[in-house]
Amino acid sequence: MMRKEKLHILSSKQVALDTVEMVLENTYISKTAVPGQFLHVSVEGHSLRRPISIADIDMENETITILFKIIGSGTKQLATYQRGMKIDVLGPSGNGFNLEIRADSTILLIGGGIGVPPLYYLGKTLAKNHIKLISILGYQTAQHVFYEQRFQEIGETHIVTNDGTHGKKGLVTDVLDTFDFDRYYACGPVPMLQAITAKLEHQPGFISLEERMGCGVGACFACVIPTDTPDGYKKICKDGPVFNAQEVSL
Amino acid sequence: MKNLAMDLPGLNLKNPIMPASGCFGFGREYSEFYDLGELGAVIMKAATGSERFGNNTPRVAETSSGMLNAIGLQNPGVEKIIETEVPFLESFNVPIIANVAGSTVEEYIAVAETFNQTDKVNALELNISCPNVKEGGIQFGTDPDMAANVTRLVKQVSNLPVYVKLSPNVSDIVAMAKAVEVAGADGLSMINTLSGMQIHLPSKRPLLANKTGGLSGAAIKPVAIRMIYEVKQQVSIPIIGMGGITSAEDVLEFLLAGASAVAVGTANFHNPFICPELIEALPEVLYKYGFSSVEAAIGKGVPSYG
Repeated sequence: MMRKEKLHILSSKQVALDTVEMVLENTYISKTAVPGQFLHVSVEGHSLRRPISIADIDMENETITILFKIIGSGTKQLATYQRGMKIDVLGPSGNGFNLEIRADSTILLIGGGIGVPPLYYLGKTLAKNHIKLISILGYQTAQHVFYEQRFQEIGETHIVTNDGTHGKKGLVTDVLDTFDFDRYYACGPVPMLQAITAKLEHQPGFISLEERMGCGVGACFACVIPTDTPDGYKKICKDGPVFNAQEVSL
Repeated sequence: MKNLAMDLPGLNLKNPIMPASGCFGFGREYSEFYDLGELGAVIMKAATGSERFGNNTPRVAETSSGMLNAIGLQNPGVEKIIETEVPFLESFNVPIIANVAGSTVEEYIAVAETFNQTDKVNALELNISCPNVKEGGIQFGTDPDMAANVTRLVKQVSNLPVYVKLSPNVSDIVAMAKAVEVAGADGLSMINTLSGMQIHLPSKRPLLANKTGGLSGAAIKPVAIRMIYEVKQQVSIPIIGMGGITSAEDVLEFLLAGASAVAVGTANFHNPFICPELIEALPEVLYKYGFSSVEAAIGKGVPSYG
């Protein structure tokens, strides 16, 4: 269940161009969060919280890692927060990735830019269960690449960049055909997810979505997405952010 | 606390704090944070005749000291609200206000009349001021004759007291208030959001899919205070005030301007506990400024009203 918690900042550092990794300490969230959930983070002086996905959890040390991209004034300010400060969050929020996977499965993780972080905690969790992972991570340029080493530690990892400055040149969809897998998990910009779900139409998969949120708890109906369900829509903050790829209309 | 209690048409409020329509859904999500029975009342999300999906996303944008939204009255329709949402809210000991919206006069009437099917709703809030729907909504809220007409017709069919939610997007708020009072409104809700817009620099296009939206939050509080102050001097029906409330001091300011109760909107998004926190903090603020009760403070910032 989601709570309003104060989290100690243990560290904050830039890990790629405009990309900040923050390690936070909190007992409740580190014990309860599952891969794919997010924190709804308050930034002083801003009326709306920022949804930021959970990139990793260390249950033993009770830490939560988040990564965010400096885009607007809120994330710019959040990037100035340093060790010793506290941040106010609602969390853990939303529903995470489906973790019911056959032991002999091969799982494809497809991440794009700031969509990569939630796949890391997912991948780490699956790797612990000895599930075979293949990761395809797409970034704009070499300067934007982060967590390459970490993904390599949990499985086969392929990097693509738009300009070819690191890894293969192109888009994640350019290399999808190369691999055999049983199920995929994807997170990234909507055009990337549209391309992936179209190309992998007949493959089982789950996607994690991002949208501008108001309340982040399911009350305001700001972050809805059309679906084929009887309701006709789902709330990304509450029903998601992870959905079955066949369930939503991008 | 007894000195927080306030009686309004159809509503015995144990305190003057309620969440504003559209910012609280139907209470389910916030009931996971605290007991909704602590609230003065709950104003439900707008009900229309049939289900509405609302506008495309993005539907919200942050601005300096406020928020723009263009949800577009998404709701499951009045029948489903009565069937599933009202019974849920009824399980808490809290007065329920139903927000009534429509695209045509006929739809407003039908929705209001449908709420007669349940005796669990205590009052209606007539939403003639939503800036985010193409038809209906704000066009009723900016023309005194249309506002009076829809108020009169809803009063004719409804068993419940009717609070009319006024739009600030008018040049003469007093004329609007007087028109709906003459038409039989039992109270006023004011204010709804101010029409606004934000351009997204990277795309050089409006940030909201609907292009324009309703501005809420701290930015609009002075507008709300001014309008309530002006209206209080000219009408005798009670006012539920709203617009950028984030503290118990803000609540007192609304009471002084002439509101008899307040609704809290955008602040719920930042702090889900804002309503119970305001209820807890209000007695001390009333005491600090020399008021023994909510009732004692109402309109005290309006010299001519006394």
